[in-house]
Amino acid sequence: MTTIPSNLRRVLRREPKVATTEPVAARPGPMEAPPVEIAPNDPLIAYFSSATGAVDIGSLQLDSPALAGLREAGVRVVVPLVSQGELIGLLNLGPRRSEQEYSADDRKLLNDLAGHAAPAVRVAQLVREQQAEVRQRERIEQELRVAQLIQQQFLPHELPDLPGWHVAAFYRPALEVGGDFYDFIDLPDGLIGIVVGDVTDKGVPAALVMATTHAALRAEAPRLVAPSEVLTRVNELLVDEMPAHMFVTCLYAVLDPASGELRYANAGHNVPYVGFGAEVAELRATGMPLGLMPGMQYQEKQATLAPGQTMLLHSDGLAEAHAPDREMFGFPRVAALVGEATDGEALIERLLQELSGFTGADWEQEDDITLVTLERRAGPPAAAVPPEEPERLLAEFDVPSQPGNERLAIDGVVKAVAELDLPDPRLERLKTAVGEATMNAMEHGNDNRPELPVGVRVVADASDLRVQITDQGGHRPLPEVELPDLDAKLSGLQTPRGWGLFLIQNMVDDLHTSADDRHHTIELVMHLKEAPNARR
Amino acid sequence: MPGGEFAAAVRHHDGTGIIDLRGEINLAADGPLGIAYEQAASGDPKAIVLNFADVDYINSTGIALIVGLLARARKEGRAVGAYGLSDHYREIFAITRLSDFMGIYPDEHSAVGAPATAGPTREGH
Repeated sequence: MTTIPSNLRRVLRREPKVATTEPVAARPGPMEAPPVEIAPNDPLIAYFSSATGAVDIGSLQLDSPALAGLREAGVRVVVPLVSQGELIGLLNLGPRRSEQEYSADDRKLLNDLAGHAAPAVRVAQLVREQQAEVRQRERIEQELRVAQLIQQQFLPHELPDLPGWHVAAFYRPALEVGGDFYDFIDLPDGLIGIVVGDVTDKGVPAALVMATTHAALRAEAPRLVAPSEVLTRVNELLVDEMPAHMFVTCLYAVLDPASGELRYANAGHNVPYVGFGAEVAELRATGMPLGLMPGMQYQEKQATLAPGQTMLLHSDGLAEAHAPDREMFGFPRVAALVGEATDGEALIERLLQELSGFTGADWEQEDDITLVTLERRAGPPAAAVPPEEPERLLAEFDVPSQPGNERLAIDGVVKAVAELDLPDPRLERLKTAVGEATMNAMEHGNDNRPELPVGVRVVADASDLRVQITDQGGHRPLPEVELPDLDAKLSGLQTPRGWGLFLIQNMVDDLHTSADDRHHTIELVMHLKEAPNARR
Repeated sequence: MPGGEFAAAVRHHDGTGIIDLRGEINLAADGPLGIAYEQAASGDPKAIVLNFADVDYINSTGIALIVGLLARARKEGRAVGAYGLSDHYREIFAITRLSDFMGIYPDEHSAVGAPATAGPTREGH
């Protein structure tokens, strides 16, 4: 049952000390009356609130459970304590020890006493409420401090120093401390893992889930490397541990600083943007947030960050910030600013400036804001670390875009790589990959127009052979490729075609794509040294 | 022009239609391969065998043509087998899973004679 406020109940528990105004020595000391609870809708409350003084409850005619309770507890007279029109307590009196009725003088004395006691009781109640509020506030602040401490403990203390790259990061927690996190993980072969994530919920629970996610990523990333595999594994680890109604969005990317190649997978986090000139690319990959469901698979994609390009990884706190009129800052605005960026640090500064202007000075930050930029410096990368062996140009030629001319590209490449003495199976794979990449370039990039050439460039260094095939269709986006499924093709659910990119991917050790406003380039890589993942 | 133009010849042997393929299997093979299949399927053989021994190049369009031929044969209840594939194209047939749906044999004798020539005749997989 809902009861009257506890402060009122406490008053009710007291056997009236006023009874001692007429002490009866033969009687034992003051008796403790059992507490009587009064529901807020009990008519007794209204009655006492409007009463002008001591009330003899024996004569009251009210349909009130509390009244019955008071009578049962032996209460004879009730003196309401009213302060500023509000009933704040009751003085309950049992029978006088003299067994006489309460006299008019008694009642006057009680009324006077109540008149003086009510403000004092009210002050005491306010002080107690304030103390409770202070304790509550201290508890919340303490919790926030703990959440901040946990969160800051797991944020990187320093940013990676990558030759040819500049990495910048910004993190600002909201007042309530959300679950944002970011991390950089050293991986084998000079690769680096980049994490940006966001735990739903706030405060200590979010910070603890963030810590668990951080630990799982740190444990699995160096072992598995491939972003899709890392997220798949971390999801399995988190599913069993995740509190109800919580999950983690997370973008995980693996950067090869030497080549600019970036492989990435995304568990429902914001899409990273890559700016080059005024163009902005979205690095999309599908995947469910971590910790929601077991058995999730994550799409893995790759991109190459060219010199001069900057990538932004970001959390909700930026794009989902609101102006006073409730307009949202929005993802298109973020993307547009990425397109205007000159470098990573300037981009972060600009984003924060625009955000501040958008939200106004009185804005209370709604969520954590995390911004991480990776900028590949223009000019020769890794100038301080010269390559072991300079890259050698083995051949460079053009092929007119006419069906069948992929054989010219194949023959040209075979001739160029003869000195490398590739084993036959690897040479055959390279031939198929070159043929398919040239066909794609002629058909999709150059519309099979003979006057538009496909450029073929063959280079090698001590470790890799690279064949770069360039078309003239850079102004149009690369087409989405459907993974070929032979069952679907045989049952007519997919066209029999669409094997080109699939074959290329399966024929070479590595594959990079890049584009500028005029060209697409696909780079086919065959490792020349024995590598763990090299096809034999 | 490197490579050889596509050509196909058809024979029948032991109730099997054999298509001898030659040259490059690419877009240009589309019409001739269709005609060759029809000839091979005349007389309603239980199986069609593709002889790749004289094929020196198959591109992704050629793979698509073979997928189309396989789909048609399966619809008509005919098994498809193949022989004469180089190691490289065997690998490609494995990667694309074509070899899950057609028997791959070292020579004509085993392709025509082996019960498995009938290979996977199921529509589903």
